[in-house]
Amino acid sequence: MSPPVEAPPVLAIRGLVKRFGETTVLDGIDLDVARGEVLVVIGASGSGKTTLLRCVNALVPYETGSIVLDGTEVAYTAPNSGVRRSDHALSAIRADIGMVFQLFNLFPHLTARENVALGLRVTRGLGKQEARARAEHWLTRVGLADRMDHLPSQLSGGQQQRVGIARAVAMEPKLLLLDEITSALDPELVGEVLDVVRGLAREGMTMLMVTHEMSFARDAGHRVVFMDAGRIAESGNPREVLANPQSDRLRRFLRRIELRTE
Amino acid sequence: MIAAMVYALPFLWQGFVLTLAVSGLVVAGSLVIGLLLGTALAFGPRWLGLPIRVFADTARAIPLIVLIFTVYYGLPALGLSLSPFWAAVAALTLFKTGHVIEIVRGAIGSIHPGQMEAAKTIGLTFANRLRYVIFPQAVRRFLPPWINAVTDSVKGSALVSLVGVVDLMMAIQQVIGRTFEPMPLYILGAAIYIAVNATLSIASRRLEARFAATVAA
Repeated sequence: MSPPVEAPPVLAIRGLVKRFGETTVLDGIDLDVARGEVLVVIGASGSGKTTLLRCVNALVPYETGSIVLDGTEVAYTAPNSGVRRSDHALSAIRADIGMVFQLFNLFPHLTARENVALGLRVTRGLGKQEARARAEHWLTRVGLADRMDHLPSQLSGGQQQRVGIARAVAMEPKLLLLDEITSALDPELVGEVLDVVRGLAREGMTMLMVTHEMSFARDAGHRVVFMDAGRIAESGNPREVLANPQSDRLRRFLRRIELRTE
Repeated sequence: MIAAMVYALPFLWQGFVLTLAVSGLVVAGSLVIGLLLGTALAFGPRWLGLPIRVFADTARAIPLIVLIFTVYYGLPALGLSLSPFWAAVAALTLFKTGHVIEIVRGAIGSIHPGQMEAAKTIGLTFANRLRYVIFPQAVRRFLPPWINAVTDSVKGSALVSLVGVVDLMMAIQQVIGRTFEPMPLYILGAAIYIAVNATLSIASRRLEARFAATVAA
């Protein structure tokens, strides 16, 4: 797969530093995501991958650096200003960033359709009928046309995660964050979820994806980033990076992953 | 014995109404204040949470009767003089609010943090996150202990007779003062309290079943 054409990046991260107490989790991250790009982030647990996604969505505050989505600084009013945006401003920015979680985080008291329609109605201000129609459109897209009225507890893990994807993309976000979305699934359910993500990639959805599925990174990712100890240790074309790792760290990491999957 | 009870009933009516009024005011007041403070405790900054925490723990740690006497006999020294009725309502409300804060905090705390995050990622504002995601789930955890607190309020309201409010308990005492037959009156009084609380329990079970159904169905 060829990388997308040159254009201003959808997401631009500069000098991002995040600490939890004494521990530096992100130690100066610079990263651009181009429009339509599928950027895959790999790395051992504790390397900062998930924290990176959570910073982009302003779910956690960060110390210094800048995260700009489509020209707008995300969490703070200006880079390194320390002045956090108001709840309303943050909510408006988050509405343009979709996120799919490892543990699905569906709303258990709402049906599949209501899970998808909630943001459309409340955040996007659509009427009941239109929100419903759009929710049904997306649920059909992810292969759940016959599960609209089911509660999350009545769905399999793979089905729940597909609802989670529908909930995120129905908002028509500029950027979709995927946080180890198949890690909590039984192996036989991983394929159905990744197929949905492949479909989105083909349609040009911009994605920042943390995953341990190396074969997916290889054939669906435009670019792969290997994170180690809060830094980007290697990056480039997934086939090249994964076939010829330059550092011992990445070699060891890939060996461990392969041992696990075989 | 039955004759004594029938004789007493009309005298108890006003006291009964007053007991319901005190209970109703206390339940409503503690619910509103407790919801606000409990939510602030769950989501607010630490400088706000600490005083709420101290208030809730203090209110629950003081014997109810001490609280009632403090408000009725103690506050006038500070220039705040309340009638027996309002002093009693205020003291009971303080006490009950402490419980409601704790129940609210527990109910909200039982919701997985991922729910709040998911609600954020679809762009819901704080108020809407509470309204559409957190509260509908927390209410099921809130109801059972809260109903306990409500029946507790009805029972606790009997203490207001000690500052001279003529509630059901006081009315019973007054009738006994005339008839010198305590047993039938106390049995009757107990029966009335049981009837009120049994009604509340049945209503609450229906309510709980309804909320449980919306999640299971």
